[in-house]
Amino acid sequence: MSQDSILKVDNLVMHFGGIKALNDVNFEIKRGSVSALIGPNGAGKTTVFNCLTGFYKATGGNIMLDACGKTTSVIQVLGEPFQASDFLNPVAFAKRLKYKMFGGSHLVNRAGLSRTFQNIRLFKEMSVVENLLVAQHMRANRSLIAGILNTKAYKKSEEEALERAFYWLGVVDLKDFANRLAGELSYGQQRRLEIARAMCTNPEIVCLDEPAAGLNPSETEALTKMIRVLRDQHNTTVLLIEHDMGMVMNISDYIVVLDHGEVIAKGGPEDIKSNPKVIAAYLGAEEGEEVTL
Amino acid sequence: MSQAVVSINYKKSVIDAVIAGLLALIVFGPIVGIVLDGYDFNAEPERLMWIVLTVMAGRLAASVFFQTSKGAAFLYKHSSKEEGVHVLPPGHKSKLRWIIPLTIVIALLVPFIASKYILTVVILGLIYVLLGLGLNIVVGLAGLLDLGFVGFYAIGAYGLALGYEHLGLGFWSMLPISAIIAAIFGAILGFPVLRMHGDYLAIVTLGFGEIIRLVLTNWTEVTQGPNGMNAPLPTFFGMEFKRRASEGHVPFHEFFGIPYSSVYKYIFIYLVLLLVVLGVLYVKKRLTKMPIGRAWEALREDEIACRSLGLNHVLVKLSAFMIGASTGGLAGVFFATYQGFVNPSSFTFFESALILAIVVLGGMGSTLGVVIAAFVLTVAPELLREFADYRVLAFGMLMVLMMIWKPRGLVRMTRTGVEQREGNVK
Repeated sequence: MSQDSILKVDNLVMHFGGIKALNDVNFEIKRGSVSALIGPNGAGKTTVFNCLTGFYKATGGNIMLDACGKTTSVIQVLGEPFQASDFLNPVAFAKRLKYKMFGGSHLVNRAGLSRTFQNIRLFKEMSVVENLLVAQHMRANRSLIAGILNTKAYKKSEEEALERAFYWLGVVDLKDFANRLAGELSYGQQRRLEIARAMCTNPEIVCLDEPAAGLNPSETEALTKMIRVLRDQHNTTVLLIEHDMGMVMNISDYIVVLDHGEVIAKGGPEDIKSNPKVIAAYLGAEEGEEVTL
Repeated sequence: MSQAVVSINYKKSVIDAVIAGLLALIVFGPIVGIVLDGYDFNAEPERLMWIVLTVMAGRLAASVFFQTSKGAAFLYKHSSKEEGVHVLPPGHKSKLRWIIPLTIVIALLVPFIASKYILTVVILGLIYVLLGLGLNIVVGLAGLLDLGFVGFYAIGAYGLALGYEHLGLGFWSMLPISAIIAAIFGAILGFPVLRMHGDYLAIVTLGFGEIIRLVLTNWTEVTQGPNGMNAPLPTFFGMEFKRRASEGHVPFHEFFGIPYSSVYKYIFIYLVLLLVVLGVLYVKKRLTKMPIGRAWEALREDEIACRSLGLNHVLVKLSAFMIGASTGGLAGVFFATYQGFVNPSSFTFFESALILAIVVLGGMGSTLGVVIAAFVLTVAPELLREFADYRVLAFGMLMVLMMIWKPRGLVRMTRTGVEQREGNVK
C-alpha cells in the first residue's frame, strides 16, 4: 500500500445468500482527499460502506486501512473462521480467538475510521453534549475508582472532553443547543450533530452516508463548507455517499461510481461527468447504443 | 394565563356534582347504607345521605375552582404535560435538596424509635432498595431486560450460607466475596447472551433464574435442598448477637453488661445495611455521570451507533450485568443474615417480577423513584396483611394504572446540563 492512500479496497465481494450485492469492487482513497461514492439506487453504495466500517463481514476480498500509524485489515478484526493451520500455530490461533471473542466494528473505529448513518442514529434521549461525550469514551478516564472518588485526574479528563465537545459543537454551529435532547433537534441539526459525534472519536477518515439527504439548499451549502473545514483544518479524509450531484461535483476530488455491485468508473469530477458508462447507468441506454454527452 | 375574565360554567359544575353523587351512592350505598343485624339488615339512609352530600359539595367546589384562573393554573402545573426526559439547566439545584440529609438523620434514628416489627419491615424494604438499584443498572440504564435477577439474589444469600457451612467464613468476609461471586455469575450469564436483544434476552435470563433455583433445590449434598441452610449473623468486632456465643466469642450484651434482647441484632443489621445502601446510592449516582454510565445509556439508545463510536458493546453489557449482579448479591447476603436461614423457595420467579415492578414503577433509570417504589411495594403488603390474598391482583392493577397515567414511572429521569464553555481541541 502506498503511503498516500489511506484506504485500499481489493476485490471486495459481498453476497447475501444468492444475491451478489458487491462483485469485485476495487478502489483506493487518497489521504486528505474528499472522495464520493455515487451510483443509482441499489448499486451497493451503502453495502460498501457497511463493509468498510465493519458492520457487514465481507464475503471475500481485502480492505486495508492505513491510519493512526498502523495498517489494519478490516476483515481480520471482525473475526474470521478458524483454519486448519491455526491449530498448529498457537500465536495465530490466539489472535484469531481474540478477534472472534472481542472483535467487531468498534475496532474499525478505533483504527481511525468513523461513520455516520443514512437514517440518523443519535442517542435521542441523551443531551447533545452527552452524545459527544459518549463518542470520546475511548479517550476518557475510564477508571472506576477514579470516577467514583472524583479525583483530580478524572475531573481534568472530563473537562477536556467537554471542551472538545464544545469545540465540535462550534464547528457544526450547535453551541446554543448543547443542553437540549438530541431527539428534539431538527432534522438538519441532527445530521450535523451526527457528523460532530463521528469527529469526536478523532478519526483520520470519516465516512458520511448521504449527509445532505433531506437538507435544503442553504443547509447543503453550509454542509459543503463544513466538509471543507474537516479536510483543510483537521487533515481528515472524507468519503461520502451522496445523491446531490451538484454537491458531489462541487467538493469531491475523486469519485467512484458503482452500478450493480461493480465499479464502473473512477476519477476526478470532470472525467466522471463525461463518462458514457456513468451516463448510461444513470439515464439508461439501449443495447449497443453509443452514449455521448 | 390570558387576562380575559374567566366565566364559570355553573351548569357543568352541577352536572359534575350530580354524577359524583350518583357514583358515591353506588359505591357507599351497600357498604354504609345497609348494616347487617344477625340474619336481617337495617337500612341507614341518614349516614349515606351525609356521605353523598359531602361528596357532591366537594365535587361542586372542585369543579368551580378548576374553572377559575387560579384553578386552571394549578391544573396546568400538575398535569403530566411533558412525559419525556428533559435536560436540567446547568448548575441546577433541586428545591428538595434538604430532604436528603433529613432522610439520613431519620433513617439513623429509626432503630432507636421503632418497634422490632417495624424495624424488620424497614430492613426488608432496604433489601429491596438494593435489589431495585442493582436491576435498575441492568434494565433502566443499559436497557437489557433481565427477568432472572433473583438468581443473583439467591447466589448472594446462598454464598453466605455455604461459606459459613463449608468454609467457616462469617458475614464480613462473605459480604464482599458474595458480591464478587454474583458478579462472576453475571459475567457467565452475560457472555453467551450478549448477542441477544429484548425478548430473547428476557427468556434466557428467566431460564437462568430458574436454573439457579433448581440447582439449589436439587443439589442436596451441598445445599441441603429444600430443607435450607443456616446463615450466620453479623458480628460487631467479633462480638456475637446471640444469647450464648460460640466457643471463644463474647456475646454483645454481656460485653456491655446489658440484658439480652433480640432487637440488638436487627438494629445492627439495619445500620450496616443502611450504610451499604447509602454507599450503593452514591456509587450509582457517580456511575451515571461517568463514561461507563454514559456508555450504558448510549447502548440502551442505539447499539449500532455505539459500535460505530468505538465502544465495545460486549464489555459495556458485561460491565452492566456484573455491577448489577454484584448489587443483587449484596442484597442476598443481607437477606440471608436477616432471616438467619435460606431455602430455595425464597427465590422464585415472583421475586424477579417484583424487583422488575420496582424498577418499572419507580421510573427506569431514576434512583429516587426506585427507592420510593421499593418501599411502597414491600411495606404496603405488610401494612395490608388482611388483604394478603389480593396482593398479586393489586400489583397487577397498580401496574396497569401506572402504564396508563405514568408510563415512565413515578419519577422520570432528568439529565444534567453543562455550562457553555470555549471549545478547545488538543
